[in-house]
Amino acid sequence: MHWLDGALPFFAHFLLWSLLSVGGAIGLLPDMHRYLVAEHHWINDAQFTSALALGQASPGPNMILFAALLGWQIFGLPGALLAVVGLILPSSLITVAYFRYSRIHRERRWVRAMHDGMAPVTVGLLLSSGWLLARHEAADWQRIGLIAATVAVALRTRLNPLWLLLAGALVGALGWI
Amino acid sequence: MPSSPTPIPQAAKIQRHSAAQAPRNIGELFWVFNHLTLLGVGGVLPFAQRILVEDKRWLRTDEFVEMLSLGQVLPGPNLINLALMVGQHFFGWRGAVVALSGMLAAPLVLIFVVALAYSGFAHTPLVAHALQGMSAVVAGLVIAMAVKLFPAIQARRSNWLWAALAFCGVGILRIDLLWVLLVLGPLAVGLTWWRLRRS
Repeated sequence: MHWLDGALPFFAHFLLWSLLSVGGAIGLLPDMHRYLVAEHHWINDAQFTSALALGQASPGPNMILFAALLGWQIFGLPGALLAVVGLILPSSLITVAYFRYSRIHRERRWVRAMHDGMAPVTVGLLLSSGWLLARHEAADWQRIGLIAATVAVALRTRLNPLWLLLAGALVGALGWI
Repeated sequence: MPSSPTPIPQAAKIQRHSAAQAPRNIGELFWVFNHLTLLGVGGVLPFAQRILVEDKRWLRTDEFVEMLSLGQVLPGPNLINLALMVGQHFFGWRGAVVALSGMLAAPLVLIFVVALAYSGFAHTPLVAHALQGMSAVVAGLVIAMAVKLFPAIQARRSNWLWAALAFCGVGILRIDLLWVLLVLGPLAVGLTWWRLRRS
């Protein structure tokens, strides 16, 4: 089983990312890209981005589906299983334990400090994820326009993101970008 | 980027329910999460709020908001953490496992159908171009989501500094996420702890 060579470090990285995914797994995108694409060349830029787009276009938690696709592209079905279990298990154990604790000690000072202190860091990390994706996609003025239009519509309306994804697919298929 | 982001809507507007209801049994927990996850193309969270708080009334709005902020502070995908906490709230750790399974089972089967269909057509120019368009939209959606969270941190001016440091560290300087978190996390939480102690 040749995939065993890379599969262990691969799994270990998903376990680590699970612990690092404070504020939502989407903040992991830059590091996932660095490890899977830039460092190991297991997949290329286009595969990484299309996995992200497919994860968004399919129903369910986007980042879990994205992780499943990454694992699948690299090590087949066992890889998908490793990626999903790795990304979920450590953080879930912490969440279940912490939820029990926090319901008993909700007014503790360090509980509140953790909420208030981590929130801005989280927002900054989310923004950097979007920034890096946009920089990769912004190959021409049409695409910059599409990204800007998406941001504007998503902020000003409560339109289901599905329609925006469909519009993007249509614009792309018609060859306008 | 628009200068006046819309505040995070939904939760604040909804009136509190006096009496929260509970799932009839652990099976209903599974099917309700299965239902809301399948509605959530591009984002499950709005559907989670509508179904758990407004339709089923399993959670009051303030309980939902509390679980969301906990899910944000703790490691792990927010939605996964939300499912775990809702399940745990009603049925302990068994509920956590069941709610999580309900949220993941169907989407994980579906994504491979989608991906297999895609791999069959990936090299036709039409599909490749469509995916390019979708990728650009995804980049915009992620930026918009981050901007929508600005109201949650704008109460203190120092928060913008933390957000800017995190953004520059990963987005501009391309430093590993691990190092950015290890440095900024304890600093931000520690200073907040110190401020709370003084007040």
